[in-house]
Order: sequence, then structure tokens, then C-alpha cells
Amino acid sequence: MSVPGEWYLILSALLFTIGAIGLMIRRNVLVMFMCVELMLNAVNLSFVTFARMLNDIGGQVVVFFVLVVAAAEVVVGLGIIVAIYRRRSGATADDLHYLRG
Amino acid sequence: MSSLLAASIPDVGVFVVSAVIVLAGALGVIFARNAVHSALCLVATLFGVAVLFVAQEAHFLAAVQVMVYAGAIVVLFLFVIMLLGVDREEDPTLEPLRGQRPLAIGFGLLIALLVLVIGGRANWATGQRAARGAADAPGENVELLGRSLFTDFLLPFEVTAVLLVIAVVGAVVLARRPPRAELIAMREEEERFRAESEAELASSRKASQSDEIEAAGAANREGES
Repeated sequence: MSVPGEWYLILSALLFTIGAIGLMIRRNVLVMFMCVELMLNAVNLSFVTFARMLNDIGGQVVVFFVLVVAAAEVVVGLGIIVAIYRRRSGATADDLHYLRG
Repeated sequence: MSSLLAASIPDVGVFVVSAVIVLAGALGVIFARNAVHSALCLVATLFGVAVLFVAQEAHFLAAVQVMVYAGAIVVLFLFVIMLLGVDREEDPTLEPLRGQRPLAIGFGLLIALLVLVIGGRANWATGQRAARGAADAPGENVELLGRSLFTDFLLPFEVTAVLLVIAVVGAVVLARRPPRAELIAMREEEERFRAESEAELASSRKASQSDEIEAAGAANREGES
């Protein structure tokens, strides 16, 4: 018998929390972006766990779509970061306050 | 706890080892001072999650996780870090917003509490099982996933193709080097903006200093009287 799903869900909650805390305390835009990836992975893990607990392949299909969206998001997000760095040195979140208009 | 004891020893071992790798990698991402180290810790976390996918019979997703995340996304991150030369270390003692970190950790723990309470109490299971086909139906995992993708989820699948095209076009537009004249104009505007904001900052600082001087003077006068 395999490990009960609740343990996977607790692990996923912890991973999501670490990602959220990292997003709030780090100022380097790239590291903040990695923290978003951590949160996405936590949610993927919980989807796969639910797919097993409820015996439904739909959960795994959703993870497939999340992976596609995450790939697209990273491509565009890193493009934006490169564009910002090209116009100015340094791109911590505090340096970008001029985006407020 | 008793349910965990009922699980077989190898399963528990795999779960515990990969859970430790996942959490250690995640902590490494947020505490590493160097962005390159953060990216490498992210790889550890992603591999751990892939192992947990395998442990839950999601073989295709585990393979895709390793290929797309560890193979493509992290390499992209490393490319950008190296290309921009931002691999210098960040000073962790610098805290520009006072009280930001304790607040962030407080909010984070609140999120954890919320997720655990909702997960523990609420009826997240609708009771309807295998609405989209059983995960343990006969056939390989890849076969089941493929059948579901190309029947029930055909339209979303086609839409992801459009999304990927949009992302590629967006990346090309963003990464395009702007024409020289435009670049110079942008730099000038940037300089003007910086000068303006510095002047604003200096005037506000002067104002607050004069306020402090007045307050100190008032306190002195009160003390004398």
C-alpha cells in the first residue's frame, strides 16, 4: 500500500508556503520568478495527488496544461526581465518603482 | 500516522527522501545569496517533485517535468542569469522596507495554516469518482492521458498551441534590440526621470529634516520653560 494522499497534500502546502514567503522576502526579480515556479510545482503535486486519490485522469491532464502555461510564462517573463536589464543596470524589485506611472 | 505505518517500507522511504530533497531545495532557492545557486536548488526541487509524480503513477508527467522544467526552464533561467551578469551576491542584511521580512513570514505561515485547515476540514472531494476516466484503467499512463487529451480536452489542447505561438512571438518582440535612435531617446528620458526623482527625494528629505529641527527646537523650548 502506498503512502496516503494526505502526506502529499501537506508536503504540497509546505512547498507552496516556502514559495510564497520567498516571493515576498526576495528582491531579485529572477529569484522571485523561481519562487513562482515553486508555487506552481506545489499546485501540480497536489493535482497529481488528487488524481490518484479520486482515481481520475483529469487531474493529470490539468497538470499537463499547467506545464505548458508555465513554459510560456517563463519565456515571456524572462524576455521582459532581459528588456528591463537592457535599459537600466540592476533590476531589483525596488528599482522598478517608476512603473507606477 | 497509523495509515502511514500501513504503507510499505520502500514507498515510505521514497516519499520521505524525496520530500526532504524537495523542501531542502525550496529553502535553498529562497535563502541562497547567489542567483545561480538558487537556480541549482530549483533543479533539486523539480527532480524531487518528478520522483513524487512517479510514486503516484504519473509516469508521463514525471518525464515531462524533467524535460520541460529541469531541461528547458532552468536552463533558460541560467542563460538569463549568465547573460545579464547578475550572478553577484545580494546583501541579505540590507532591508529597504522596514518590517517586510517578519510580515512576509507571518503572512506565509498564515497561508500554510489556511491551506492545512481547508485541506483538513473542508469537503474538497465531491464524491464523484473518475469523472474523466479512471486513472488505473487498463493500459499505460501515457495511453490514458493521451486518450483523455485528444477526446475530452481537445479544444484546450488546441488553445495551448495558440498560446505557445503567442509566447514565441512575444519573446521575439521583447528581445528585439530597439533601433539606435529609439534607444538614445529612451536613455535620455531615463536620465531626465532619474534627475527628477532624485530632486524630489532631496526636497522631501530636506523638508523632513527641517521638521525634525523644528520639533527638536520646540522640545528644547518646552524643556527650558
